[in-house]
Amino acid sequence: MKRFLVFVKKEFLHIFRDVRTMIILFLIPGALILLFGFVVNTDLKNATVSFLDLSRDEMTVKLTDKICSSGFFFRGENLDSYQEIDQALRGNKIKAVIIFEKDFSRKLISDGKATVNIITDGSEPNMATMATNYISAIIADFNSELVTNGTTATLLVQPEVRMFYNPSLKSQHMFVPGVITLIMILICALMTSITITREKEFGTMEALLVSPLKPIQIILGKIVPYFILSFVDVIIILLLSRYVFDLPVKGSIILLLAETMLYILMSLSLGILISSVVNTMQQAIFISLVGMMLPAILLSGFIYPIGNMPKIYDWISAIMPPRYFIIIIKNVMIKGTGFSYIWKETLFLVLFTLFAIVLSIRKFNIRLQ
Amino acid sequence: MKNTVISVRNLVKKFGNFIANDNLTFEVYKGEIFGFLGANGAGKTTAIRILSGLSKPTSGEVIVAGFDARKQPEQIKKNIGYMCQKFSLYEDLTVKENIMLYGGIYGMKKQLIRDRTRSLLERLQFEEYGDRLIAALPLGLKQKLAFSVAVLHEPKIVFLDEPTGGVDPITRRQFWEMIYETAARGITVFVTTHYMDEAEYCDRVSIMNEGKIEALDTPAGLKKQYQAGSIEEVFISIARPGKN
Repeated sequence: MKRFLVFVKKEFLHIFRDVRTMIILFLIPGALILLFGFVVNTDLKNATVSFLDLSRDEMTVKLTDKICSSGFFFRGENLDSYQEIDQALRGNKIKAVIIFEKDFSRKLISDGKATVNIITDGSEPNMATMATNYISAIIADFNSELVTNGTTATLLVQPEVRMFYNPSLKSQHMFVPGVITLIMILICALMTSITITREKEFGTMEALLVSPLKPIQIILGKIVPYFILSFVDVIIILLLSRYVFDLPVKGSIILLLAETMLYILMSLSLGILISSVVNTMQQAIFISLVGMMLPAILLSGFIYPIGNMPKIYDWISAIMPPRYFIIIIKNVMIKGTGFSYIWKETLFLVLFTLFAIVLSIRKFNIRLQ
Repeated sequence: MKNTVISVRNLVKKFGNFIANDNLTFEVYKGEIFGFLGANGAGKTTAIRILSGLSKPTSGEVIVAGFDARKQPEQIKKNIGYMCQKFSLYEDLTVKENIMLYGGIYGMKKQLIRDRTRSLLERLQFEEYGDRLIAALPLGLKQKLAFSVAVLHEPKIVFLDEPTGGVDPITRRQFWEMIYETAARGITVFVTTHYMDEAEYCDRVSIMNEGKIEALDTPAGLKKQYQAGSIEEVFISIARPGKN
C-alpha cells in the first residue's frame, strides 16, 4: 500500500508540473462552460424585425407593439412595399419581416380572420425557425386576448408552442450536460492514455514493470489522480452552472454525482484500453480525439438531436456511451427524475465499463507474455 | 565454493514457432560482473526479461536470487535492480524526488532513503543537483544517477541493459568504476553491451548467437580458445553470418 501511495504521489507531481495538463484539467472545463453559456447562445434575443403594414389600422399597430415589446425583437425600419423585403433581408441585420395584409382590421371583424405573413432569412435556419415560433406564439397570445375581449370568436393563427422543462428556452440547459459529458471523455480517456503511453515511450514503464509494483497497482495509480481531479471538475462545472447560469440540479445531487463517478470510471477504463493497444502518445491522442471526442460531440445528441440523424448514425450512436450519459444527466439535472427512469442507461454504462476493463486486462497480460 | 545467484538450466523460450532462447544453461556467481553479449536479435533481451521476472520461460529451470522465475516472479523483482537502455528516470521530477519514488516503490523506509540519498549525492559529487529537475542534467550525469537509483535498495543482482549507450568515453569510464565498486560490495552485475572494450572489463563473458550461448568464459579464456587478440575478434568469429 505504501508503494502504491508513493506511486500516486508521483502521478500528482507529473500533473501539477505540466502546464498543458493543468490547462486541460482546470482551464478548459470552465472556459468551455462559459463559452457555451454566453457565446454559443442559441436563445433568441433582440432579433430585429421589420414590418410591412399595408393597412395601418388599430389592430396592426396593437400587434406590432405587442411583438416589439415582447423582449425578443427589436423594431426595424418600416417597409413600404413588397419590393423592399428582399433588400431588407439581404442587409443581414433584419432577421424577419412581418406583413399585415390590406384592410386587416376590417377583414378580422367581418370575416373573422385576417392574414399575417412572416418572412424569415432562411440562410440562418436556426434563427429563422426560432423567430417564426416566437412570433407565432405572440400572435396566438394576441388572439386569445381578442377572444377574451369578445371582439371576435375566431382565431387568426393557432400555433401550439410550449417548451417542456425549459420554459425560458435557456440553451445552458442543453450545454451544461453536454460539456460535462465532453470534458470527462477528454480528461479521462485522453489524459490517462497519454500518461500511460508516455511511460512506454520514455522507457520508464519498463522500470516500473520490473519493480515490485504489480501491474494492477500501476494502472490504479494512473487512474486515481485523474479520478479525483475530474470529480473536482464536475463539481466546478455544477457550481458554475448553479451560480452563473442559475441552473440548479433538480433531481437528487447524490444520484447525479454517483452517475458521474460511473461515467468517469467508464472514460478512464476507455483510456486504459486505448493505451493498451497503442505504443506512442501520438496514436493515443489520435484515437482519443477522433474515436472518442468527435462521437461525443456529434453523435451523442449533445448538439444535434439523434432523432434527426439518418438511421445509420442512430445505430452507431447507440453504442456510444456519451449518448447514454447525456440522457442520464439531463434526466437528473433538468427533469429531476429518479433512478427508475435511467436504470437502463446506467446498466449500459456499467456493462461498457466492465467490457473495457476486461479487455484491457487481457491485452496487458498478453503483452507481458 | 562459489555462491550462485543465477542458475539457468535448459531455458527455452518460444514465441509461436520462433525460438528466441534455445536451451540456455549457465550460472552467475555472487559479486561477479557478467557480460551478456550478442548481436541485435540474438535473444539477449528475451533472456533478461525472463531473468527479471517479466516473462515466463516456455520450459527449463530459472532460479534468480533463490527464487523460481516461473512461480515467484514477484519475489525476484524485490531482489533485483534494473536499468534499461532507455533512460528510466522521470524528467519532470527532481533528482531527490526520483530517488524517493524508486526507494518507495522498493519498500524502503523514508529515513533510509534520505540517508542513502545523501551519501549517493556525495559520492557522485552532485549535492547541488539534488533539487534540480532531471531534464536539466547532462546525459552522462543522468546515466550515472540512473545506475545509482537501480542499486539504491541494495539488490542481490542488478541488470544493466546497454547502460552506456550514447555517453562519452570519460563518462563510460566513470560508469565502469561505479560498476566495479558495486560488484565489490557483493552485488552481482549482469550487463549487456555493444562496446567490446567494455566486455574486456567483465569477469566472465557469454556470447549469444541465434538464441544459443556459443561461448562462455573469462575474457582471457575466450581469447585463448578462439586464438584472438581481443573480445571483438571473438565476437565477430561467433556472430558472423554464414560462418558454419
